[in-house]
Amino acid sequence: MTIGLNHYLVVAAILFTIGILGIFINRRNVIVILMSIELMLLAVNINFVAFSVFQNNLVGQIFTMIVLTVAAAEAAIGLAILVVYFRNRGNIAVEDINQMKG
Amino acid sequence: MIENIIFYVFSAVLLTSAVMVVSARNPVHAVLFLILCFFNASGLFILLGAEFTAFILAIVYVGAVAVLFLFVVMMLDINFREMRQGFKRYLPIGATVGLILLAQLVLIMSAWIRDPQGIAKSTVLTPNNVENTRAIGQVLYTQFFFPFQVSGLILLVAMIGAIVLTLRDRKDAKRQRVTQQMDRKISDVIEIVKVESGKGIQ
Repeated sequence: MTIGLNHYLVVAAILFTIGILGIFINRRNVIVILMSIELMLLAVNINFVAFSVFQNNLVGQIFTMIVLTVAAAEAAIGLAILVVYFRNRGNIAVEDINQMKG
Repeated sequence: MIENIIFYVFSAVLLTSAVMVVSARNPVHAVLFLILCFFNASGLFILLGAEFTAFILAIVYVGAVAVLFLFVVMMLDINFREMRQGFKRYLPIGATVGLILLAQLVLIMSAWIRDPQGIAKSTVLTPNNVENTRAIGQVLYTQFFFPFQVSGLILLVAMIGAIVLTLRDRKDAKRQRVTQQMDRKISDVIEIVKVESGKGIQ
Protein backbone atom coordinates (compact mmCIF):
# COMPACT_ATOMS: atom_id res chain seq x y z
CA MET A 1 0.00 0.00 0.00
CA THR A 2 1.61 3.20 -1.10
CA ILE A 3 1.33 6.48 0.72
CA GLY A 4 -1.26 8.57 -1.05
CA LEU A 5 -2.84 11.97 -0.69
CA ASN A 6 -5.32 10.65 1.85
CA HIS A 7 -2.58 9.73 4.31
CA TYR A 8 -1.23 13.26 4.31
CA LEU A 9 -4.73 14.71 4.62
CA VAL A 10 -5.44 12.52 7.65
CA VAL A 11 -2.19 13.61 9.34
CA ALA A 12 -3.04 17.26 8.65
CA ALA A 13 -6.58 16.82 9.95
CA ILE A 14 -5.35 15.26 13.20
CA LEU A 15 -2.76 18.01 13.59
CA PHE A 16 -5.40 20.70 13.04
CA THR A 17 -7.63 19.05 15.61
CA ILE A 18 -4.79 18.96 18.13
CA GLY A 19 -4.34 22.69 17.53
CA ILE A 20 -8.03 23.38 18.19
CA LEU A 21 -7.88 21.21 21.30
CA GLY A 22 -4.82 23.13 22.48
CA ILE A 23 -6.68 26.44 22.23
CA PHE A 24 -9.54 25.08 24.31
CA ILE A 25 -7.61 23.33 27.07
CA ASN A 26 -5.06 26.11 27.55
CA ARG A 27 -7.54 28.93 27.94
CA ARG A 28 -5.37 30.79 30.44
CA ASN A 29 -2.04 30.70 28.68
CA VAL A 30 -1.69 32.98 25.66
CA ILE A 31 1.71 31.63 24.69
CA VAL A 32 0.39 28.08 24.30
CA ILE A 33 -2.62 29.43 22.39
CA LEU A 34 -0.27 31.13 19.93
CA MET A 35 1.67 27.88 19.60
CA SER A 36 -1.59 26.04 18.90
CA ILE A 37 -2.35 28.52 16.14
CA GLU A 38 1.08 27.79 14.67
CA LEU A 39 0.24 24.07 14.75
CA MET A 40 -3.01 24.72 12.89
CA LEU A 41 -1.21 26.78 10.25
CA LEU A 42 1.29 23.93 9.90
CA ALA A 43 -1.58 21.51 9.27
CA VAL A 44 -2.93 23.84 6.59
CA ASN A 45 0.52 23.97 5.01
CA ILE A 46 0.75 20.18 4.96
CA ASN A 47 -2.59 20.10 3.13
CA PHE A 48 -1.43 22.68 0.61
CA VAL A 49 1.85 20.93 -0.14
CA ALA A 50 0.23 17.48 -0.34
CA PHE A 51 -2.41 18.70 -2.81
CA SER A 52 0.24 20.60 -4.72
CA VAL A 53 2.43 17.54 -5.16
CA PHE A 54 -0.27 14.99 -5.87
CA GLN A 55 -2.14 17.18 -8.33
CA ASN A 56 1.05 18.37 -9.96
CA ASN A 57 0.12 21.99 -9.36
CA LEU A 58 2.79 24.37 -8.13
CA VAL A 59 0.42 27.05 -6.83
CA GLY A 60 -0.02 25.20 -3.54
CA GLN A 61 3.63 25.54 -2.67
CA ILE A 62 3.61 29.24 -3.54
CA PHE A 63 0.63 29.72 -1.28
CA THR A 64 2.40 27.79 1.48
CA MET A 65 5.11 30.40 1.45
CA ILE A 66 2.56 33.19 1.75
CA VAL A 67 0.94 31.36 4.68
CA LEU A 68 4.39 31.10 6.28
CA THR A 69 4.86 34.85 5.87
CA VAL A 70 1.56 35.59 7.55
CA ALA A 71 2.33 33.09 10.32
CA ALA A 72 5.66 34.76 11.04
CA ALA A 73 4.04 38.21 11.08
CA GLU A 74 1.26 36.96 13.33
CA ALA A 75 3.71 35.42 15.79
CA ALA A 76 5.78 38.61 15.93
CA ILE A 77 2.80 40.91 16.48
CA GLY A 78 1.11 38.52 18.91
CA LEU A 79 4.20 38.16 21.06
CA ALA A 80 4.77 41.93 20.97
CA ILE A 81 1.21 42.51 22.22
CA LEU A 82 1.84 39.86 24.87
CA VAL A 83 5.00 41.62 26.07
CA VAL A 84 3.20 44.98 26.26
CA TYR A 85 0.30 43.40 28.12
CA PHE A 86 2.66 41.72 30.58
CA ARG A 87 4.43 45.02 31.16
CA ASN A 88 1.14 46.69 32.01
CA ARG A 89 -0.57 43.99 34.03
CA GLY A 90 2.14 41.69 35.36
CA ASN A 91 0.44 38.52 34.16
CA ILE A 92 -0.84 37.05 30.90
CA ALA A 93 -4.08 35.41 31.99
CA VAL A 94 -6.38 35.54 28.97
CA GLU A 95 -9.52 35.36 31.06
CA ASP A 96 -8.78 38.76 32.52
CA ILE A 97 -8.54 40.36 29.10
CA ASN A 98 -12.15 41.36 28.71
CA GLN A 99 -11.91 45.08 28.31
CA MET A 100 -9.98 47.43 26.08
CA LYS A 101 -9.14 50.35 28.27
CA GLY A 102 -5.54 50.81 27.32
CA MET B 1 8.17 0.14 1.39
CA ILE B 2 10.91 2.16 3.06
CA GLU B 3 8.99 5.29 2.08
CA ASN B 4 5.95 4.04 3.98
CA ILE B 5 8.01 3.45 7.11
CA ILE B 6 9.54 6.92 6.88
CA PHE B 7 6.12 8.47 6.42
CA TYR B 8 4.68 6.70 9.45
CA VAL B 9 7.69 7.53 11.63
CA PHE B 10 7.59 11.22 10.71
CA SER B 11 3.81 11.41 11.14
CA ALA B 12 3.88 9.61 14.48
CA VAL B 13 6.59 11.87 15.90
CA LEU B 14 4.83 14.93 14.44
CA LEU B 15 1.49 14.12 16.06
CA THR B 16 3.00 13.00 19.36
CA SER B 17 5.04 16.16 19.70
CA ALA B 18 1.96 18.22 18.75
CA VAL B 19 0.09 16.59 21.64
CA MET B 20 3.04 17.38 23.88
CA VAL B 21 2.98 21.02 22.76
CA VAL B 22 -0.58 21.52 23.94
CA SER B 23 -0.22 19.45 27.10
CA ALA B 24 3.29 20.19 28.37
CA ARG B 25 3.47 21.67 31.85
CA ASN B 26 6.51 23.78 31.17
CA PRO B 27 6.12 26.22 28.25
CA VAL B 28 9.82 25.92 27.47
CA HIS B 29 9.26 22.21 26.86
CA ALA B 30 6.24 23.12 24.75
CA VAL B 31 8.40 25.34 22.54
CA LEU B 32 11.02 22.61 22.18
CA PHE B 33 8.32 20.11 21.17
CA LEU B 34 7.03 22.71 18.69
CA ILE B 35 10.50 22.77 17.13
CA LEU B 36 10.49 18.96 16.91
CA CYS B 37 7.05 19.20 15.30
CA PHE B 38 8.30 21.60 12.62
CA PHE B 39 11.32 19.42 11.87
CA ASN B 40 9.12 16.39 11.33
CA ALA B 41 6.74 18.37 9.15
CA SER B 42 9.65 19.45 6.99
CA GLY B 43 10.68 15.80 6.82
CA LEU B 44 7.22 15.02 5.46
CA PHE B 45 7.63 17.81 2.90
CA ILE B 46 10.93 16.36 1.74
CA LEU B 47 9.21 12.98 1.43
CA LEU B 48 6.61 14.67 -0.76
CA GLY B 49 9.32 16.12 -2.97
CA ALA B 50 8.75 19.74 -1.97
CA GLU B 51 12.23 20.32 -0.65
CA PHE B 52 12.27 24.11 -0.97
CA THR B 53 9.17 24.42 1.20
CA ALA B 54 10.75 21.98 3.68
CA PHE B 55 13.87 24.12 4.02
CA ILE B 56 11.85 27.31 4.27
CA LEU B 57 9.75 25.70 7.00
CA ALA B 58 12.85 24.71 8.96
CA ILE B 59 14.49 28.12 8.52
CA VAL B 60 11.47 30.35 9.13
CA TYR B 61 9.74 28.36 11.83
CA VAL B 62 12.62 26.83 13.75
CA GLY B 63 15.05 29.67 13.13
CA ALA B 64 12.72 32.60 13.70
CA VAL B 65 9.30 31.85 15.10
CA ALA B 66 10.21 29.14 17.61
CA VAL B 67 13.22 31.10 18.85
CA LEU B 68 10.97 34.15 19.24
CA PHE B 69 8.57 32.05 21.31
CA LEU B 70 11.42 30.72 23.43
CA PHE B 71 12.73 34.24 23.94
CA VAL B 72 9.35 35.55 25.09
CA VAL B 73 8.72 32.55 27.35
CA MET B 74 12.02 33.13 29.07
CA MET B 75 11.64 36.92 29.17
CA LEU B 76 8.24 36.95 30.88
CA ASP B 77 8.44 36.10 34.54
CA ILE B 78 5.23 34.16 34.97
CA ASN B 79 4.14 31.52 37.42
CA PHE B 80 3.13 28.88 34.90
CA ARG B 81 1.97 26.47 37.58
CA GLU B 82 -0.82 28.88 38.33
CA MET B 83 -1.65 29.12 34.63
CA ARG B 84 -2.49 25.43 34.54
CA GLN B 85 -5.40 25.85 36.95
CA GLY B 86 -8.12 25.72 34.31
CA PHE B 87 -6.70 22.69 32.53
CA LYS B 88 -9.05 20.14 34.08
CA ARG B 89 -12.02 22.47 33.84
CA TYR B 90 -11.62 23.17 30.13
CA LEU B 91 -10.66 19.62 29.13
CA PRO B 92 -14.23 18.27 28.56
CA ILE B 93 -15.39 21.14 26.34
CA GLY B 94 -12.09 21.21 24.51
CA ALA B 95 -12.18 17.48 23.88
CA THR B 96 -15.80 17.73 22.70
CA VAL B 97 -15.06 20.52 20.23
CA GLY B 98 -11.94 18.71 19.02
CA LEU B 99 -13.79 15.45 18.50
CA ILE B 100 -16.64 17.15 16.63
CA LEU B 101 -14.14 18.89 14.38
CA LEU B 102 -12.19 15.69 13.74
CA ALA B 103 -15.42 13.84 12.93
CA GLN B 104 -16.36 16.55 10.44
CA LEU B 105 -12.94 16.43 8.82
CA VAL B 106 -13.08 12.63 8.54
CA LEU B 107 -16.58 12.92 7.07
CA ILE B 108 -15.39 15.37 4.44
CA MET B 109 -12.44 13.19 3.61
CA SER B 110 -14.45 10.01 3.32
CA ALA B 111 -16.80 11.75 0.90
CA TRP B 112 -14.01 13.37 -1.01
CA ILE B 113 -13.78 12.11 -4.54
CA ARG B 114 -10.90 13.18 -6.62
CA ASP B 115 -12.33 15.35 -9.34
CA PRO B 116 -10.04 16.19 -12.24
CA GLN B 117 -12.46 18.83 -13.47
CA GLY B 118 -12.52 20.55 -10.09
CA ILE B 119 -9.04 21.98 -10.35
CA ALA B 120 -9.19 25.69 -10.86
CA LYS B 121 -8.03 27.37 -14.01
CA SER B 122 -5.07 28.96 -12.22
CA THR B 123 -3.15 25.73 -12.40
CA VAL B 124 0.59 25.93 -12.81
CA LEU B 125 1.74 22.49 -13.79
CA THR B 126 4.92 21.36 -12.13
CA PRO B 127 7.60 21.02 -14.77
CA ASN B 128 9.00 17.54 -14.95
CA ASN B 129 12.65 18.05 -15.76
CA VAL B 130 13.31 20.87 -13.27
CA GLU B 131 14.09 20.58 -9.58
CA ASN B 132 11.65 21.93 -7.04
CA THR B 133 13.49 25.10 -6.05
CA ARG B 134 14.03 26.20 -9.63
CA ALA B 135 10.40 25.47 -10.51
CA ILE B 136 9.18 27.66 -7.64
CA GLY B 137 11.61 30.41 -8.54
CA GLN B 138 10.45 30.42 -12.13
CA VAL B 139 6.86 31.22 -11.20
CA LEU B 140 7.32 33.10 -7.91
CA TYR B 141 9.09 36.08 -9.43
CA THR B 142 7.02 36.22 -12.61
CA GLN B 143 3.47 35.03 -12.30
CA PHE B 144 3.16 35.50 -8.55
CA PHE B 145 5.20 38.68 -8.37
CA PHE B 146 2.42 40.78 -6.84
CA PRO B 147 1.57 38.35 -3.99
CA PHE B 148 5.29 38.03 -3.34
CA GLN B 149 5.69 41.79 -2.97
CA VAL B 150 2.57 42.04 -0.81
CA SER B 151 3.90 39.37 1.53
CA GLY B 152 7.09 41.38 1.85
CA LEU B 153 4.98 44.41 2.74
CA ILE B 154 3.11 42.35 5.37
CA LEU B 155 6.43 41.44 6.96
CA LEU B 156 7.49 45.09 6.95
CA VAL B 157 4.25 46.13 8.67
CA ALA B 158 4.69 43.35 11.23
CA MET B 159 8.25 44.41 11.93
CA ILE B 160 7.34 48.09 12.39
CA GLY B 161 4.33 47.13 14.49
CA ALA B 162 6.36 44.92 16.79
CA ILE B 163 8.97 47.65 17.24
CA VAL B 164 6.36 50.34 17.91
CA LEU B 165 4.57 48.13 20.42
CA THR B 166 7.56 47.04 22.43
CA LEU B 167 9.81 50.09 22.28
CA ARG B 168 9.56 52.03 25.49
CA ASP B 169 11.08 55.23 26.72
CA ARG B 170 12.87 54.40 29.95
CA LYS B 171 13.17 57.30 32.33
CA ASP B 172 16.12 55.89 34.26
CA ALA B 173 18.23 55.17 31.22
CA LYS B 174 21.35 57.28 30.75
CA ARG B 175 21.69 58.66 27.27
CA GLN B 176 23.53 61.39 25.46
CA ARG B 177 21.97 64.86 25.25
CA VAL B 178 23.73 66.48 22.36
CA THR B 179 22.35 70.01 22.69
CA GLN B 180 23.25 70.19 26.34
CA GLN B 181 26.68 68.92 25.48
CA MET B 182 27.16 71.56 22.79
CA ASP B 183 25.89 74.38 25.00
CA ARG B 184 28.57 73.93 27.62
CA LYS B 185 30.95 76.86 27.85
CA ILE B 186 34.50 76.79 29.07
CA SER B 187 33.71 79.38 31.75
CA ASP B 188 31.01 77.10 33.24
CA VAL B 189 33.23 74.16 33.89
CA ILE B 190 36.85 75.28 34.03
CA GLU B 191 38.32 77.76 36.45
CA ILE B 192 41.85 78.97 35.98
CA VAL B 193 43.65 79.52 39.22
CA LYS B 194 47.08 80.97 39.81
CA VAL B 195 48.70 78.90 42.51
CA GLU B 196 51.26 80.59 44.66
CA SER B 197 54.15 78.41 45.59
CA GLY B 198 53.91 76.83 49.02
CA LYS B 199 50.20 77.62 49.56
CA GLY B 200 48.11 75.31 47.40
CA ILE B 201 44.45 75.68 46.54
CA GLN B 202 41.78 76.04 49.16
